[in-house]
Amino acid sequence: MPHIDEEIERLKKKLMQMWDVVEFQLVSGREAMINADQRLAKKIIKQGDKVNDYDVKIDRMCENFFALFTPVAVDLRVVLAILKINANLERIGDTAEGIAYFVREFESPLEQELLQATKVLEMYDEALSMFADCRRAFLDNDTELATQLIKRDKFLNKIYRKSDSIVIPYLKENPDKIKEGVALLSIIKKIERVGDQVSNVAEEIIFYRDAKVVKHQLKKKKKE
Amino acid sequence: MSKNYKLVAIEVNAYYGDFHAIKNISLGLEEKAVTAFIGPSGCGKSTFLRLFNRMNDYIDGFRIDGEILLDQKDIYKKSVRVDELRKEVGMVFQKPNPFPKTIFENVVYGLRIQGISKKKVLEEAAERSLKQAALWEEVKDKLHKSALALSGGQQQRLCIARALANGPSVLLMDEPASALDPISTAKIEELIWELKKDYTIVIVTHNMQQAGRVSDHTAFFLSGELIEFAKTKSLFTNPKDQRTQNYITGRFG
Repeated sequence: MPHIDEEIERLKKKLMQMWDVVEFQLVSGREAMINADQRLAKKIIKQGDKVNDYDVKIDRMCENFFALFTPVAVDLRVVLAILKINANLERIGDTAEGIAYFVREFESPLEQELLQATKVLEMYDEALSMFADCRRAFLDNDTELATQLIKRDKFLNKIYRKSDSIVIPYLKENPDKIKEGVALLSIIKKIERVGDQVSNVAEEIIFYRDAKVVKHQLKKKKKE
Repeated sequence: MSKNYKLVAIEVNAYYGDFHAIKNISLGLEEKAVTAFIGPSGCGKSTFLRLFNRMNDYIDGFRIDGEILLDQKDIYKKSVRVDELRKEVGMVFQKPNPFPKTIFENVVYGLRIQGISKKKVLEEAAERSLKQAALWEEVKDKLHKSALALSGGQQQRLCIARALANGPSVLLMDEPASALDPISTAKIEELIWELKKDYTIVIVTHNMQQAGRVSDHTAFFLSGELIEFAKTKSLFTNPKDQRTQNYITGRFG
């Protein structure tokens, strides 16, 4: 394998190690939320340090790669994409950490009624599935799957937009649940952000494979 | 083809005896822009460059068909005088090749050959050309010292000044910085960037980063064929042909 390919493989491997940790944070966030599991929430928060270390390490590896290999064409695009995917993964990790901080506020597990009405679990499952598919799209260079991810983000946005109108009436009837209700709204907002960040990663995959810039295209179309 | 093109090749084939060195290449080179020719050794890029001032003419067995137009005129027509053509199309080579003469005499060499002997005319031309070649400040106090005492980078800029003194509109450069250190290379690249305001420049280079830094357009050659010709930014970020991608990313062969 040419030296340059070995370096790219090393970068991808490091990115996958980071992906594992972020996936752990995100998957555990769901479990911690359902069970109000303080211990797991603490563990998720602790993993944030690991993610930050990967973030710095991958940035440095990309910087070295640019300086030493002066890449062009697909080599340039893959490293630019890894650099940006790294930033997005770090933010997804932060988001999962944010969810864990809210869970630490829970005194008891969330009401089933509220979980069902807001569709937060459905939303969370879709976000997790998108996150897993995103990794598959990256590893398999599957731009078709990446394109689907950008479309799937709409489902999360839809649930997010409806969440206020479900939670607020519930809180009016159950004023003693204000703390949990507000935390749940914040968690829904965070899951919606995960969808955006997965979309950003999907856009980078398309850029790297097809040299096409798809980011901001949807917003542009809406304005037109 | 558009009249913006300073140089145009139309269905050009070139041969060294039985060897088909250039295979049916057509392309237009924009005026006052830098075009880089890249490709592996033996791909025909230098042969193609040398077609523009008929440097291949004296090679045994060389022949060409197709047309090479300079300002819309075919330079291979019988009526064209090669010495006149080379005043219009200057050339700089890989290795600096100053004559064993003074700096001044090197610069005005072409003018003296043309019969110009007026001291004032020669002095003005020397100063102008050395300034254009970004060498004046370094040599103005030693114009009558030997050119061979200059550093490699200075000698190469002297060769550029010598080419400019003849008043060309096109400069052909065959790996002009490949024998130079990074500082001298940077100076030559800066110079190319400056000169393109007034000249049409064609450069052959093996240095991908150099092609990226100095040129507006890049042509990739392989086995005598023109594989891809595009804006440099586009060719180095998103080459259309897999062979171009393999070459520029170093995965050739």
